[in-house]
Amino acid sequence: MSDSLLEARDLHAYYGTSHVLHGVDFRVARGEAVGLMGRNGMGKTTLLRAMLGLVKPRGGRVWVQGTPMTGAEPYRVARRGIAYVPEGRGIFPNLTVRENLVMAARPGLDGRRAWTLDRVMGTFPRLGERLEHGGAQLSGGEQQMLTIGRALMTNPDLLILDEATEGLAPQIAAEIWRIIRDVKGHGIATVIVDKNHAAVTSVTDRNVILVKGRVVFTGDSSSLRADPELLQKHLGV
Amino acid sequence: MALPGEPATRRPWAILAAGLALALFPLLDSPFYLELITKVMILAIFAMSLDLLVGITGLVSLGHAAYFGIGAYVLALRTPRYDPASFWTTLPLAVGLSALAAFLVGIFVVRVKSTYFIMATLAFAQMFYFLFHDTEFGRGSDGITMNFKPAAAIGDLQVFDFGNPRTTYFVALGALALVLGFLRFLLGSPFGRALRGIKANEQRMRSLGFRTYHYKLASFTLAGALAGLAGYLSALQYGYVNPELLSWHQSGNVLLMVILGGPGTFTGAALGAFGFALLQEVFQAATLRWQLLLGATIVLLVLFVPGGLASLRARFRAALVGGPRP
Repeated sequence: MSDSLLEARDLHAYYGTSHVLHGVDFRVARGEAVGLMGRNGMGKTTLLRAMLGLVKPRGGRVWVQGTPMTGAEPYRVARRGIAYVPEGRGIFPNLTVRENLVMAARPGLDGRRAWTLDRVMGTFPRLGERLEHGGAQLSGGEQQMLTIGRALMTNPDLLILDEATEGLAPQIAAEIWRIIRDVKGHGIATVIVDKNHAAVTSVTDRNVILVKGRVVFTGDSSSLRADPELLQKHLGV
Repeated sequence: MALPGEPATRRPWAILAAGLALALFPLLDSPFYLELITKVMILAIFAMSLDLLVGITGLVSLGHAAYFGIGAYVLALRTPRYDPASFWTTLPLAVGLSALAAFLVGIFVVRVKSTYFIMATLAFAQMFYFLFHDTEFGRGSDGITMNFKPAAAIGDLQVFDFGNPRTTYFVALGALALVLGFLRFLLGSPFGRALRGIKANEQRMRSLGFRTYHYKLASFTLAGALAGLAGYLSALQYGYVNPELLSWHQSGNVLLMVILGGPGTFTGAALGAFGFALLQEVFQAATLRWQLLLGATIVLLVLFVPGGLASLRARFRAALVGGPRP
């Protein structure tokens, strides 16, 4: 099995005529936590969506677990062990919490069933108390927990979190960060997009900064923290 | 309390009471109303089959009458001139061919969305309409009158005597109960959850690893099969078919039944069929301009009761005890 879970080389993507990604290289290794940073509109979400098949790239290649999957159908990418927690949460409001979770249940690519409904409820006790509630009745933080829990039910090798703590109260955000660390501790690779750079670098092994659809920095978290000027230049407001 | 769009899974008493009332209804011994309620129960099956698409999967079809009509025509075309057809062979054939037609159409139409889906389903339904309207095979706009109702015998034992309107009534009631039970079972199954997920957000389902095309195609095929069952029963009841069964008016009517009753609950669609047909009867008796009254009533209901008839109970309760409004 390949070392690289998800890999993109020279990826180009457009929205209409607007050129969003200018030849991006991106790689996530097995068990690795990667922070994806950059100001708004720099192409972070587009990069994720292009790798997942949700946006068709116009140039470049994508491999998932060593298999070429450039522009593949999103369900194929998902079935190869990639779980996506989209920005703005992604619950099914017309299903109950339990239905949201069990619908996603699937063994991992190697057949393991490490994450079950019980285990997700153990990780997110608040969801356990609300199993029969409709998805629309949950608070924002609970919806985010439900989305992450549902992603884990697919027993993924890689969990992609796009703005997982955006708009959440600090206490709830801290809870989400605890869970992300927990997930990483179980050997699941993660890609994290978040505005809280200190929190991101405290979890991630490696970080990538995008500016206008190009990678301007790749490096480990300690070197990024040691260079506040770099952070200020590319990420400061 | 059922939220809008959430299946009403907690109303077994209301359904049982309605079933009991329908089972006892023939005691009234009114041939006119017996025939009317038989017709309405068949329409309720038809409306529930469309609700699987509209209310559960989120696919608004304006061509659902095609499969109803195919089911009806299968019985008419398979009935010999001087003999009855066999109920046991024509029923599965009607359901199977309706399913096949829906499957073949579905291969093309479930690829597109919203308005395009409406137009594509309408276009295919019109093709079927003209197939029966303009060909020798379909016997044209006059339709086909069957000289015999199908025979349902096992050996020498006659199981159903469709010459007796009560038999037809109870067969329709039984079919209604079976279809409702089946669809509600389906709703709670993994397949049903996937369909509801597709209705809420198809892209999200694909990101979760669901090949949504296959689910939508299965839903479209199943809805066609059940519409074919309703069409078969309708042809059985009247002994007559014509191309109007497949017309877009018919597709529009059944869509109105679903909207009137409240999509997404099946019982709502059945209620909608009853409401629609009974309003039609009342207005037809009152005036020649009944369509105007029916249309106005539906517009008012959609404006003021957006959840449909199925939401009325929750609304009354909310008004009485001040609970949350649906």
